[in-house]
Amino acid sequence: MTCDGGLLSPADVDLHAEAVAAYVHIPFCSAVCPYCDFAVVAGADEQIGRYIDGVLAEIEMSPRWRQLDSVYFGGGTPSHVDPAHLRRILDTLASHHGLADGSEISVEANPEDFGPDRASELIAAGFNRVSFGAQSFDGAVLARLGRRHRARDIEASLASARTAGFENVSMDLIFGTPVESDESWVATLRKAVALEPDHVSCYALTVEPGTPLHREVKAGAAAPDPDTQADRYETAEQVLGEAGLGRYEVSNWSRPGHESRYNLTVWAQGEYEAYGNGAHRFVDGVRSHNVRRLDAYLGRIERGERPISGSEPVRGWDGEVDRLFVGLRRSAGVGPGPGVDALLGSRGGDLLRHAGVIDVREGRLVVTRPLLTDEVHRQVLDLRPPQGWVDAPERDNL
Amino acid sequence: MTNQARIRNFSIIAHIDHGKSTLADRLLEMTGAVDARDMREQVLDTMDLERERGITIKAQTVRLTHRDEGGEEYVLNLIDTPGHVDFSYEVSRSLAACEGALLLVDAAQGVQAQTLANAYLAVEAGLEVIPVINKIDLIAADPDRVATEITNVIGGSAEDVARISAKTGEGVEGLLQRVVGLIPPPSGDPEAPLRALVFDSYYDAYRGVVCYVRVVDGRLRSGFKLKFMATGETHDAAEVGVLTPAAKPVNVLEAGAVGYLITGVKEIDRIKVGDTLTDAGSPALEALAGYAEPKPMVFSGLFPTDGDDFERLREALEKLRLNDGSLMWEPETSRALGFGFRVGFLGLLHMEIVRERLEREYDLDLVATAPSVAYRVTMPDGTIREIKSPQDLPDPGSRGDISEPYVRAMILTPSDYVGPIMELVTAKRGEMGNMSYLSPERVELDYRIPLSEIVFDFFDLLKSRTKGYASLDYEADEYRTADLVKVDILLNGQPVDAFSAIVHRDKATDYGTKMTGRLRGLIPRQMFDVPIQAAIGGRIISRETVKAKRKDVIAKCYGGDVTRKKKLLTKQKEGKKRMKMVGSVEVPQEAFVAALRVDDDM
Ligand SMILES: Nc1nc2c(ncn2[C@@H]2O[C@H](COP(=O)(O)OP(=O)(O)O)[C@@H](O)[C@H]2O)c(=O)[nH]1
Ligand SMILES: [Mg+2]
Repeated sequence: MTCDGGLLSPADVDLHAEAVAAYVHIPFCSAVCPYCDFAVVAGADEQIGRYIDGVLAEIEMSPRWRQLDSVYFGGGTPSHVDPAHLRRILDTLASHHGLADGSEISVEANPEDFGPDRASELIAAGFNRVSFGAQSFDGAVLARLGRRHRARDIEASLASARTAGFENVSMDLIFGTPVESDESWVATLRKAVALEPDHVSCYALTVEPGTPLHREVKAGAAAPDPDTQADRYETAEQVLGEAGLGRYEVSNWSRPGHESRYNLTVWAQGEYEAYGNGAHRFVDGVRSHNVRRLDAYLGRIERGERPISGSEPVRGWDGEVDRLFVGLRRSAGVGPGPGVDALLGSRGGDLLRHAGVIDVREGRLVVTRPLLTDEVHRQVLDLRPPQGWVDAPERDNL
Repeated sequence: MTNQARIRNFSIIAHIDHGKSTLADRLLEMTGAVDARDMREQVLDTMDLERERGITIKAQTVRLTHRDEGGEEYVLNLIDTPGHVDFSYEVSRSLAACEGALLLVDAAQGVQAQTLANAYLAVEAGLEVIPVINKIDLIAADPDRVATEITNVIGGSAEDVARISAKTGEGVEGLLQRVVGLIPPPSGDPEAPLRALVFDSYYDAYRGVVCYVRVVDGRLRSGFKLKFMATGETHDAAEVGVLTPAAKPVNVLEAGAVGYLITGVKEIDRIKVGDTLTDAGSPALEALAGYAEPKPMVFSGLFPTDGDDFERLREALEKLRLNDGSLMWEPETSRALGFGFRVGFLGLLHMEIVRERLEREYDLDLVATAPSVAYRVTMPDGTIREIKSPQDLPDPGSRGDISEPYVRAMILTPSDYVGPIMELVTAKRGEMGNMSYLSPERVELDYRIPLSEIVFDFFDLLKSRTKGYASLDYEADEYRTADLVKVDILLNGQPVDAFSAIVHRDKATDYGTKMTGRLRGLIPRQMFDVPIQAAIGGRIISRETVKAKRKDVIAKCYGGDVTRKKKLLTKQKEGKKRMKMVGSVEVPQEAFVAALRVDDDM
């Protein structure tokens, strides 16, 4: 299942439902950014070796599966640990599940950790896609975000990646930080596209509960303004579009054929395994997740137990609602189904349609005002099955 | 058995806060009705709200025993009265059971509006009025000036005005002597057929309806078969007794006595306050003069925030009515607020108290619509229709004149503030009547003002323009035609019934602008622009817009986020379900409450 060449067609996005993927969580960072609410740790590098062993053990404990079409190493900061560790994990995944030919193997990296040596080691380990946490090219914004790199580190790390042989390079940007101006955001976008990334993700800065940023805002620090963020989003659409990057999900743009296959699998309701503390998976119609605390995770693994701490079956009607939930963030929207009918037949769906938030195009339900996607999602999550609906009996697993 | 010559029935009447409850406490204490040990402040104010707000809502009654210097024992029945204008009908009820009244006036504040209103009621009822200046212990007390004010109102000479401190007890003993000496004893005929006045009633969860009665002629004996002359019902006197203040059963209440009666009746509306009781076996020929039933003056829609609470609200209103016969309601449906009741109140304080009791004692969450008065509309066929809710006002095309209730307002003020008050009254469409000086510094002003203006904010404005020195009392007056219009508020083109109001044409734009401005701040941004308009008929008189929201989306939703984001969004959805849909606009419950609050800028 390759998506080479041409725009991503609706048929292609749905093919990803058949793909299988794996996520590997690397929680270690040199410092924790003030806006981050992921399962991360800083200053715990002495635990890295033990953690990698844990992840290897978790992989061995998990049932053997089909060959993986994509693997994604996220964090935390995977580039913060020795590539040799990442290689051991990748090798174990390959021997336990198998890797499909031409599979996409992604790693997240921070510009400050990423030089020519690191790049080559990652290529040698088997990675073929790298995603940089660039965030901004404005020094003031980077400082406000607590980032430890400068604009020129981004250029250097992208150059290293290209030289080492990464043909698929992505970059994350954050917009709407209160110290950012319209001009500085345009400049960031221009500098980003000048480096010719294959893929760009743009995220509105979000004040997540429990983060240092949240505490600062509660104490009176400036909060991101949603209207300003809407303006910036529209600017991104324009600048990235002009550079040949098409938006295929609310926050993701790519050159044709360079969409993140791992993410497309998730959004097509394809299955994915997951390893590491706080990691989430979707296997056999059940969404489940691991314990979030690093010590608790290691404790469970070392006692020989799988570290799962919670699960949500999404079968039958729930599965249909879930399909819309994950699928509607894509520009291609979702294909027909009872959930789509239910939404279009509901009063809420009617309102959404009248407000120009959703539409039916070529038989697919699409969100036409992506900045209001949550309005659609709240409605979707509230959908009830049509009268007479019976959840199909569970298939035997295996 | 007490000889009538040894009975004195009296009330204390006063402007609010002049010390009625405190004086009652002293009297109870000095006559030994309540042990000094058991004494807690304001013994007669039993309702929680009365204690908290320091106002007397329900009249209470108590039997005191007083021994004069010569050792003669007297029974003094003290019938407490409420001090607020909303409850003046209760004052007249209490007065009907008495031969005399203590007119209590604060030594610093002097005569106030309710002092006058109550004094007139007592004089009209033919009672012996004993003027009393209270709070002489205050540094600011000016009893000589106050004595002049009082004699200007009720006549008599300044020397006849008693001077006391209910707080310290000074002069209270002497006051008891005046009660005995000046108030005439009851003069009914103990041998005539029974006639007793029901002057109050309340509901007791165990005993059913308890009536407060004043026996005028004959004897009320426990076990009697009684006839209620107005309703025609007959009931047995299951128990009669006196209040000391604890209820104490007795075999018989003689002519002149005040006490209570329990018949076993459970439904309060079967007993009519003001009715005359007689002996079913040998009934009296003529009933005692009753009194007019209180008429609600102010109406407001009460809606449960949670539609499922409608039945609970009905039950709560029914329970409240057990102790408050003046409470009236009918079901009302609002497109915006769902099912509720249009409730009639005696006044604004009454409205506030009822609402608070419903929320507090019955644990209800309510939205109350803006208070309105009862308008009279002449229909094309010449009939007159009463309109208590703006929703019910027919279109201008299908109705004739509208008239609105006026009140006769009595304002007492230091003379310095006459100017500002006249300005205010003019702005409120009032009409100036007499002006008379109680003393060189104090003036009584007499006005006719539309009740709707009083209901709106008149009292607060009066207080703020006179630094709190002016006082107001009013009574219903005639209806007058006026150029009244209905102002509708439209959200996204749809009228929201709950926000409609009937106002004078000259004030319509004002109301419209304020309401649309408020709502703009209260309605959250939606997926589209929401115009908020005020309109008279089809004509828009003001407009605001809630701009469409532009961004409502989670930045990231990847494999690790699905379950968490679903939970977050589901929770948000639950929050939204508590909003009311007005057409396609989501309006938070709080917006109704806040928009309809009659405060600060309105
Ligand atoms: N200094 C002083 N204060 C008094 C006196 N009588 C009452 N008060 C106070 O005046 C306030 C109002 O009294 P209250 O009996 O509740 O008045 P009511 O509203 O007429 O029942 C209370 O704070 C009393 O304590 C008095 O003789 N002297
Ligand atoms: Mg009181």
